[in-house]
Amino acid sequence: MNTIHGLIYKFGNNIDTDQIYPGRYLELTEPDEIGQHAMEGADPTFHSRFVKGGVIVAGTNFGCGSSREHAVIALKNAGVSAVIAKSFARIFYRNCINLALPAIMIPELDDYRLAEGDDIEINLFAGTIKSSGILHNFPPLPENILELIEKGGVFALYKS
Amino acid sequence: MHAIEKILAQASGKSSVTAGEIVTAEVDVGEVNDLYLQVVKSFYELGGTRVAHPERITFVFDHYSPAPSIKAADNHKQMREFCAKMGIEALFDIGKGVCHQVLIENGFVAPGSLVVETDSHTTTLGALGAFGTGVGATDMALILRNGSLWFRVPEVMHIVFDGALKPGVMAKDLILHVIGVLKQDAAIYKCVEFSGSTVSALPVEERLVLCNMSVEMGAKCAYIQPDQKTWDYLAKYGITHAVRDVSTDPDYRYSEEHHFDASAIEPSAALPGSVDNLALVKDQSGTHIDQIFIGTCTGGRLNDIKIAAEILKGKKVAKDTRLIIIPASEVVFKEALAQGYVQTLVESGAVFSTPGCGPCLGAHEGVIASGEVCLTTSSRNFPGRMGSTDGKIYVVSPATAAASAISGTITNPRSLLKK
Repeated sequence: MNTIHGLIYKFGNNIDTDQIYPGRYLELTEPDEIGQHAMEGADPTFHSRFVKGGVIVAGTNFGCGSSREHAVIALKNAGVSAVIAKSFARIFYRNCINLALPAIMIPELDDYRLAEGDDIEINLFAGTIKSSGILHNFPPLPENILELIEKGGVFALYKS
Repeated sequence: MHAIEKILAQASGKSSVTAGEIVTAEVDVGEVNDLYLQVVKSFYELGGTRVAHPERITFVFDHYSPAPSIKAADNHKQMREFCAKMGIEALFDIGKGVCHQVLIENGFVAPGSLVVETDSHTTTLGALGAFGTGVGATDMALILRNGSLWFRVPEVMHIVFDGALKPGVMAKDLILHVIGVLKQDAAIYKCVEFSGSTVSALPVEERLVLCNMSVEMGAKCAYIQPDQKTWDYLAKYGITHAVRDVSTDPDYRYSEEHHFDASAIEPSAALPGSVDNLALVKDQSGTHIDQIFIGTCTGGRLNDIKIAAEILKGKKVAKDTRLIIIPASEVVFKEALAQGYVQTLVESGAVFSTPGCGPCLGAHEGVIASGEVCLTTSSRNFPGRMGSTDGKIYVVSPATAAASAISGTITNPRSLLKK
């Protein structure tokens, strides 16, 4: 969990949960099936081109719209290892924390010059992102949230 | 403190709170809708064996109701079984309506209540002086298990509307204008309070629209200070008292304020793609429409259906256009029947469907095909929201929707009023 390593998949501003997980699939409840439709509303080819472990890099207000937790479940089950965005919508952000999908908010993301298809390495605890040989620092997530993510989400807390 | 802060403070046993603080608050009412069988699964995964306060929990079948598929039917079945097992009596089955409206009509919402639902549009309830917010499945499962949840105390953005509305302009036009100006991420994690002479003059049904659509700017909750209109509205549903102190102290400082001259606002539309894609209806006139949808938690109340009936009385829906009307609740449906609005609209060529969310989220009851154009009084026009990703959705007021039904093209309702 310390280091996340994958390819970058870029998206724009205001990617809503209907684009992350279209409403027509909301009746599905099986994790694998849900994962196959991740990002389908924004890019129908995502499932076929995505390599597990990849990182979504987006603009402002990622995850706006419907409260559907399917959006986070779909990303997790598709194998997305983290989401980096300039800002996140509130319910989506809470859902990410609960389900231990690292959601990293970096308002000045444009300065990072992260490019589609490039390698990215994220160290959540150190607060570093490395891509194209350049190292960037970001304020690490609060300790209690890092602990929650490390344990695997809110479910693990109640099981222990 | 702001009224919203007082609600959170009182619900978490504190004498005061400030913006940014995290509190753990007792939840007065939790609501699970039928998209969220995951709540039941998560409840058990969290080691839940019994629901902490079954009398505070409600289930509403509105998003997939009546069940359009075997899968949805099975989800309903498992939820009914869960409610029976856990002693949850407030299960509102198919046809009762959209969760927010159903909770209001059944006396679950009072000024000062802390209400959490598995639906982003729970911000609606702020129009009654309640703290209403949406969460996902895991947070709701925690509420079922523990009776409480953590909340970040929000900053409050103050939006003031002054001036009299032009004829044909509705609350939907006001809020589309605000979202178009401030943009869809303007209120992330904030509370949005509405006030001013325009808001005071609005009927409660219209105030609910303002608060509902606040989430389209990212709001956590919304708020309108209760007044006599609020109390008259709530009295119909047996609510006569605030459950907590809901007053904002005179020295409270808003994080930001925005003033709007409501008398200058024209019938507005959100163009396909995003809710902040603001345009004037008059500048879009002539665009052909395949389907019109009047309904949902932000466009299917009695006032909305009444206006549609007044505009369409004695007229016909255009030949190449479909008009679907879905009352927000069974109560609304019955009132619309009693007033003769349903008769008028059906004679005009409208099609009615079961009270609930309808095609708003693209699940059933009128999804759109590739290349089709839909005019809707619902809240969202994201790509693919209502069916095909290649469909085009315009969000408008009920007056604009009804006026456009006659011509089958986007029509400014003010152009009909002038005749």
